[in-house]
Amino acid sequence: MLMEKNKMDIFINGKEIKVSEDETILSAARREKIHIPTLCYMEKLLPIGSCRLCVVEVEGCEKPVAACKTPVVPEMKVSTDTQRLRDMRREILSFILMTHPLECDQCELKGVCTLELLAKEYGVEAPASGVTSPRPRTAEFSTPAIIYKPYRCIACGRCVSACQEVVGRAVLALKGEGIGAAMEVVNADKCISCGECLSVCPVAALADAGMNELDHSDKGKRPKKTQTVCTYCGVGCTFDLNVVDGKAVGVTTNHNIGTNKGSLCVKGRFGYRFVNSPDRLTTPLIRKNGKLVEATWDEALDLVAKKLTSIKKDSGPDSITGLTSAKCTNEDNYVFQKFMRAVIGTNNVDHCARL
Amino acid sequence: MAGLAATLGSGAMTNSVEDLSEAEVMLVIGSNNTETHPVIGMRLRNAARYRGAKIIVVDPRRTGLVDDSVLWLSPPPGYDIAIVNAMAHVILEEGLHNEDYIEEKTEGFEEFKKALVPYTPEYAEELTGVPAKDILKAARLYGSANKAAILYCMGITQHSKGTDNVKSLSNLALLCGQMGKRGSGVNPLRGQNNVQGACDMGGLPNVFTGYQKVGLPEVQGKFEKHWGVELSDKVGLTVVEMSNQMMEGNVKALYVMGENPLVTDPDLTHVEEAFEKLDLLVVQDIFLTETARAADVVLPATSFAEKDGTFSNTERRVQLVRKALDPPGSARLDWEILADISTRMGYEMSYSSGQDVFEEIREVTPQYAGITYKRLGREGLQWPCPDEKHPGTPILHTKGVTRGSALFVPIEFRPPAEVPDAEYPFVLTTGRDYYQYHSATMTGRVKLLRDACPESYLEMSPEDADKLGVSDMSVVKVSSRRGHVIARIKITPNLSAGIVFKKFHFYEGAVNRLTNPVLDPTSKIPELKVTAVRIEKHDGPAPEPESQGMCLM
Repeated sequence: MLMEKNKMDIFINGKEIKVSEDETILSAARREKIHIPTLCYMEKLLPIGSCRLCVVEVEGCEKPVAACKTPVVPEMKVSTDTQRLRDMRREILSFILMTHPLECDQCELKGVCTLELLAKEYGVEAPASGVTSPRPRTAEFSTPAIIYKPYRCIACGRCVSACQEVVGRAVLALKGEGIGAAMEVVNADKCISCGECLSVCPVAALADAGMNELDHSDKGKRPKKTQTVCTYCGVGCTFDLNVVDGKAVGVTTNHNIGTNKGSLCVKGRFGYRFVNSPDRLTTPLIRKNGKLVEATWDEALDLVAKKLTSIKKDSGPDSITGLTSAKCTNEDNYVFQKFMRAVIGTNNVDHCARL
Repeated sequence: MAGLAATLGSGAMTNSVEDLSEAEVMLVIGSNNTETHPVIGMRLRNAARYRGAKIIVVDPRRTGLVDDSVLWLSPPPGYDIAIVNAMAHVILEEGLHNEDYIEEKTEGFEEFKKALVPYTPEYAEELTGVPAKDILKAARLYGSANKAAILYCMGITQHSKGTDNVKSLSNLALLCGQMGKRGSGVNPLRGQNNVQGACDMGGLPNVFTGYQKVGLPEVQGKFEKHWGVELSDKVGLTVVEMSNQMMEGNVKALYVMGENPLVTDPDLTHVEEAFEKLDLLVVQDIFLTETARAADVVLPATSFAEKDGTFSNTERRVQLVRKALDPPGSARLDWEILADISTRMGYEMSYSSGQDVFEEIREVTPQYAGITYKRLGREGLQWPCPDEKHPGTPILHTKGVTRGSALFVPIEFRPPAEVPDAEYPFVLTTGRDYYQYHSATMTGRVKLLRDACPESYLEMSPEDADKLGVSDMSVVKVSSRRGHVIARIKITPNLSAGIVFKKFHFYEGAVNRLTNPVLDPTSKIPELKVTAVRIEKHDGPAPEPESQGMCLM
């Protein structure tokens, strides 16, 4: 009943839409799949309203308004794609491209970058004279895990909001005005290297420092992304593991899915690197004369099978114990306990749930 | 887990991360989640800041979440029951309990009520030192909320009275009818990424998959039929019991898959002695861990990045793990290695893939019956999910609890197994760091994480440091009834006098040389959170951080 009372009608580009009173023009349009361009807006953050690309015209209002910050009112009539709006957006994009170089060929976001795509859509090109007062290629950041490339920053404020609203840390702030505006670190000692900032940056001004350790020849390669689940704590955050040439080079997150909705901690975001470690075990080892020496799989597995069989025969199945693992998959755990119960013949199976 | 299984019929987190942030009041007890479950910590913090949720923290340490809480109660480790019982006492006294819920959905209320009589806030203050007025305030906050959630972790369970601790929290939730709705419930945060799954899969000595009990004739029969062999109906040994039986000479072999008991188990010196008595130690892992170094055979396995399968998270969400990389060298999948040994021992296992294994899991596990790899997609599914049409279960007990009627259990406060005395005057408690993980096998090899947390200090209050005449980085010898370690001091205002803290991640100066292996009689969880220790100045060097010999990435 309550829901019904709060419903109202608005019109976007002449189309009648049912909305609830706590919505903005942008959220209503998104739901109806009506395209309004944005750079700074993110569903998980409070509207920032810095990029102004989401301007729309509302009948009765003289000036266009930012769709992300304007609440709906009954019978409101909205236009999202007029000549006036297109001109305004073109102007905004030109302004951004005064400082953000269109070096898309060297950028990991090539082809999926909203700014690149909008520049194409609106026919805006990089200024012929190159960028104005270029900013430094790199600057000190609040954590060694992340490389900051100020020359790419478009001062949208996403990272600032995300650090404040999602992580509750307020490490970053926007500094400067107009063409000089950019993000700066203001509270480095509050940083927990979670990389939320990196995950929301629309223009790759923030990057996983691990990527930088790649061979130069690998840098242009588009990483293969595989959605998986973090291996650390029980929250079970989901992310895409990025792989280049058989090496894990980073993780990327999707802000709309999973328990974590794009957030991770330092271990989730950067702790994947252990998988590349040269310390990884690559071959079975057998203790001979007190020392662990390399062996073939056949040798090792035959030895284990033979010894377990003889201990079972001599001392009974309950003389054999097994620790399965909270780090392994359900499938691994299932087969482990089945092995202990059906093959060895004991219920002596446990793991570190208690530790 | 055993506690909630007894009172509600299911030992898992009742609610989901997403709906918990709707709670008006959150009682966070024995959970340092801004470090141990950071993304949940972020959500709770934001619920306080942006939705006005009131957080009550109960913890001997001033944890990160205290900054965003309305109230912090700080009993000594092992004294939670006194606080929780006193909160229930106040709620009853002031008529804040939910009579309808108690009447309709629960049993055992009268006995529980009787047992609460002595637990006045003043009595609890006497036991714990927590001011009675704070307990009163906590009780009124929790008792008056429309939606109130309890979250807890190892600070509740790693005690010799851990099961009682959990039952007392369950009592509190039932008393207020905070069950089976959004933003409520009793929520154990599981520590490891797949500890829920390892339990669900029957990686426990008393249950098969889906908590089907060992020894019940119908369960034995079901699995015997499915697996085509006769099965033992005798409940097996838990991890601490295993090493005790090795010492006795009754256990001859141990097969370890992806665990590192030579760092993580209590009373390590005893565990090391026990392992030495084994005829066979097999370790299957991705690194040469401390445990693997002691093994007779080491089998190289695969990390999460190299396998297809599923993990089940703390909120019972089964999610797909997908292979992103090839395993290094000749390393093989964990289940594949086991199936191979099994076949060599005369019991043929011939699974073709992780999915093939999962299909068998579904057949024998009612909670997983409706889950398929295809349905898991990008978001996963929360069990119970009994059939392929079932949408999964984000919140348990919405139509009454799993066991039929929820059980109040009268719980008496009893002190921890070790209390400080003249010889061991400090209480040592253990925990994790944000930058490290368990025995640091993985995090210890990531330079960024290693640099951020290179060693585990003995953390103590400024008062105690004054008393002992030590300062930051002073080297001390910490001794308990079981052993000693050398450690450097870190002074922190986050601890009260008399209580010291050490992280358990590192082999060097391993805190588990000190910890008490005394077990909770039901859950068999050791009392890792309370050890009586003595602290003396030490002239020699502190243990070096053990990055040497480890390749940092």
